[in-house]
Formats: sequence, structure tokens, C-alpha cells
Amino acid sequence: MLTFVARRLALAVFSLIGISIVTFALIRLIPGSAIDYRVGTAVGLTGQQVAILKHYFGLDVPIWKQYFIWIGEVLRGNLGVSFQSGAPVLQLILSRVPITAELSFWALLIALAIGLPLGTISALHPDSWLDAASRGVSLIGLSIPNFWLGTLLILLFSTVIPWLPNSQTYATLTENPGLNLEQNVLPALALGLAVAGSMMRMTRGAVIDVLSEEYVRTARAKGVRWLGVVIRHVLRNALIPIITTAGMMAGYLLTGAVIIEQIFNIPGVGRLLLTSILGRDYPVVEGTVLVIAVAFVLSNLAADVAYGFADPRIRQG
Amino acid sequence: MVSPTLESDRAEPAGDAQEDILPPRRRWRRPGLVTMAGAALLSVYFLAALASFLPNLPDPLQIATGQQLAGPSPAHWMGTDEFGRDQFSRVLLGVRISLEVILPSSLLAAIVGTLLGLIAGYFGTIPDNVIMRVVDIFFAFPPVLLALAIIAALGGGIYQLVVATAIVYTPMFVRIVRGPVLALRELEYVQAAVGVGGGTLWILRRHILPGVMSVIVVQLTLTLSWALLTETALSFLGLGLQPPEPDLGTMLSEGSQFITLDAWLGIFPGIAIVVAVLGFNLVGDGLRDALDPKARQAQEASVR
Repeated sequence: MLTFVARRLALAVFSLIGISIVTFALIRLIPGSAIDYRVGTAVGLTGQQVAILKHYFGLDVPIWKQYFIWIGEVLRGNLGVSFQSGAPVLQLILSRVPITAELSFWALLIALAIGLPLGTISALHPDSWLDAASRGVSLIGLSIPNFWLGTLLILLFSTVIPWLPNSQTYATLTENPGLNLEQNVLPALALGLAVAGSMMRMTRGAVIDVLSEEYVRTARAKGVRWLGVVIRHVLRNALIPIITTAGMMAGYLLTGAVIIEQIFNIPGVGRLLLTSILGRDYPVVEGTVLVIAVAFVLSNLAADVAYGFADPRIRQG
Repeated sequence: MVSPTLESDRAEPAGDAQEDILPPRRRWRRPGLVTMAGAALLSVYFLAALASFLPNLPDPLQIATGQQLAGPSPAHWMGTDEFGRDQFSRVLLGVRISLEVILPSSLLAAIVGTLLGLIAGYFGTIPDNVIMRVVDIFFAFPPVLLALAIIAALGGGIYQLVVATAIVYTPMFVRIVRGPVLALRELEYVQAAVGVGGGTLWILRRHILPGVMSVIVVQLTLTLSWALLTETALSFLGLGLQPPEPDLGTMLSEGSQFITLDAWLGIFPGIAIVVAVLGFNLVGDGLRDALDPKARQAQEASVR
């Protein structure tokens, strides 16, 4: 088990290094030299002034050296300061993490609540009308872009059934729990439905695989009732690949949040990324991309390790 | 697949039995009803793009005061937007513009990805390791995040969208081509071709590429649907095509501001996107079942 975790960890570290290099390189790809955007619109600088500025911003050393200086600072928790507000980037991001985490949590919960039962029912009655219907629903869920779904939900709940409050400023869970939950219903639904579609497909596949296992036949043969077999043997084993899918979904949830937070006016990490891209606040863009990608790698790592704990066959190989 | 392996090996079938790896060739079944429905949806999508060239359509950029936010009528089949522009012509042009982004970007991803996959799978060792480790790094990013980061660096616009989407979906082609190539390389007829002194390029073109073609076609169809979702999402966020260019994503984000006054603005562009995405998905699934049934599970496990 230890070697399994160690190998997974080594892989994650490799991914993290790669991510840091790509993020670093991307931000330095920006058209126009780094100087231009750092000194803003100031024009008519002499060659000497440019050299001084380059030295000041640490741009007069080779690019690989710049990377090591940068990554050293990042590892110490220094992601730079925002061009716009002057606040430390890490602090900006951390203040918004709970909001996005909460939204993703509800979305994942909705996805599980819809995807698991539908997928199981489909798998238990393959090729029936129930199966066809739930597969159809999942395909449509996967084909509707979440930004359109969000728009439609707003349309539905603002004009047709006006139950939920809109156009109010966002309240955090600690400020006003009731309002916060109400404000999270529609965004979580918009974010979760697409995940529900793939969760359903994944569950269906996993349950069908387990149903053909010999231990299912054995359990039936020794007289365990069908429902007991499904719950204790089939679902328990089918859950293992589903955990991994849930880990992969984290990436979808985190980036889906960029869109959903924009539509529903939620001040989370996704919205921070978008406003910083639109406002050319490059230190914030760099920091946010890095943090989201790291969260994605870590959630995949967590899912893989959980998979290893749940299924001894995985960790032995 | 029981052993924990590198990311790049995850989506591939087990390595010992060659029959498991190679897609059965020339086993074409009649397409089912669902695939036909997908093809029908795609025909609507492509016809809409063609229809945008019709000469007697209302000008999609013509602003008309006095008839803003009108619902569907005989004069304006899908109504008008907040500037009184004809929504029907705008949706048709939007469909054409979406194709102008997703066709080149998906093809670019397919071509570059296939070449890299062929090199990695056929030459093995150093090229394989270098290519696959780079692919692993790109897979470590959620796709839309990568697209956002690239757009943040390059800026918005149609070429930037094409490049960003192509970069995001190239690694999938590399991974999906490399696996079968690894197996094909060891087959007797390929070894025989090497033995009789066939040139590497000739072997790759004549014996290897045909063996992975079906996988590529299926992946291309699915990529078109993901690319469309990514492109419209970026434009919806204001990072893709800029107004007044009627991109389907831009139209939805503009329309959503007036949605309580005129719900139609938020509906027709969305339907156009869903028709296309659903069409590509259904046809992709159908092609996969017809050409390469074994790949189904590996691909279903991935979302966009």
C-alpha cells in the first residue's frame, strides 16, 4: 500500500511541476513584452529606464532562472500582488475558495443523487424503456451547455415560477445561511446536471460489469434476496470506479464554476479568474490558474488513493 | 487494467492479447435509429450554416430602431434582438461561425495529435517518453481551464479560439492513437514489411495509419462536440468572438440580459448549440459502436 501511495504521489509531483512550468510559460507568452504590461501605458522610456525596470522586475536574467526564482516564491506562498487592488494574490484566492467549494459540493451532491439511482436502475434493466429513457436524459444533460442551462433556469424561476430570490448580493454561509442556501440552489443545479449525466453513464457501466461477476451469482445461489445482493455486493463494488469518476469530475466542477459563478453573480474563484482575465490582471490570472490546476491534481490523487484503499487488486499491481 | 500505471496508459486496453487492442476492421453494421437521428440533427446544423449564404435573408448586422425585442413573426421568424436585428439570420450566421472555429481546430488537433501519437507509438523509447510526459502535463489541466489560460495569454478572436481549442484537444488524439500503434508495430504483417525493407514512412502510411483510422474518426466526431461547447463557453464569457459578430455563445450572453423582456433571445441560439452537440455525440457513439466497440468504456469515462 505504501509503495502504491508513494508512486501516486511521485506522479502527482511530476504533474505539479509540469503545471507550474506551463502556467509560468503561458503568462510570459502575452503579446508585447512583460515590461509593457507591468509599467502600464507609460511611453517614451529611455533604454536606460527600461533596463532599470527590467532589473527591478527581475527580467534581466535568463528565463529558466526567472522560473526558479518564481517557483521558489510560489512555494513560500507568495503568488505576487494584484495589479488592480494591490492585495496579495494568495489572500485574494483563499478568501474565495470556500464559496466555490460550497457550490461544487452541492453540485456533486445533486449529481450523485440523480446519477447513482438512474444508473443503477438502467443497469438492472438493460435495454428496457427505463434504460432508454435514463440514457436519453443523461445524453441530453451532457449536450446542454451549462451556461445555457443556467440561463434557462433563471428564465424559468424568475418569470414562470418566481420562488427564488434573485438580484440580491451574495450572502456567505456564515453571514446568512438560509439566503446562502437559496442562492446556491439554481447554480448547483446548473452545474450538477451535466455531471449527473456522466455519473449516470459511469454507474450504469460499473454496475453491469459487477453483475456478471461470479460472487453475484454465488450470493444469489446461496439464497440472498435480489435487493440485498444489489445493495451489498453489486453497489459496493461498483462504487469503486465511481469514486474515481467523482475525482475526475472535480476538474469539470472547478472550471464549470467559472461560467456558473458569472451567470449567478457568485464571487467565487471562477469569477475571480474571469475578472482578472478581462482586466488583464496577470498575477491574479497566473495564481488562479495555478491554484485550480493544483486542486484538480490533488482531487485526482485523492480519488486514486481512495480507489487503492477500497480495492486491494489495484494497489498490488 | 489492474496495475497502477502512468496517466498515459490509463485509457488503453490490457496489453497482452492483441485481438483486444485492435479494432476489428471492416465490420460495418447498419447504423441504428439513434445514429440516424444524430445524422439528421447534424444535417440540420450543416444546412443552417449553408443557409446563411442565402442572398435574400435580412442583414444579420442591420440595426432597426422601433422593432427591438420583437417575438417571432412572419417577417422575423425568430424575432429580433435588443438592437432590432433579425434573430433568424443571426442564428444562421452564428452556426456558420461556430463551424469556422470548430472544424479547423478539431482537424488541427487530429492531425498534430495523430502525428505525435504515431511517433510515440512507433518509435518508442525516447520520443515516446518525451511526448507522453508532455501529454501527461496537459492532461493535468482541466480542459476549459487550459483554454481559458491560453486565451488569457493570446487574447480573444477567431484565430486565438482555434489555436486554444486545438491545443486543448490534441493530447487526447496522441493518447488514443499511441495505444493501438504500439500493438500494430508488433504484428506479423508489419514486421514482414520491415523485413522486406519497406521505408518507415511507407510502413506508417500503408500499414499503421489504416489500423488507427477508425479510432481517429470517432475521436474527431466527439472532439467537434467538445470544441463547440468550449468555443461557445469562451465566447459566452466574453473571451472569444466579440460583438457584433453573431457567435452563438455571445448571442446567449447578450440575450440573457434581456431574457425577462424577450425569452426567445435566450432560446434559439441555445437550441442551435444543443442540436449540433447532440448530433455529434450521437453520430460519434454510433460510429464507435460500428467501428470500435471496445473503445466505448474508455471514452465514456471521460467528460469533455
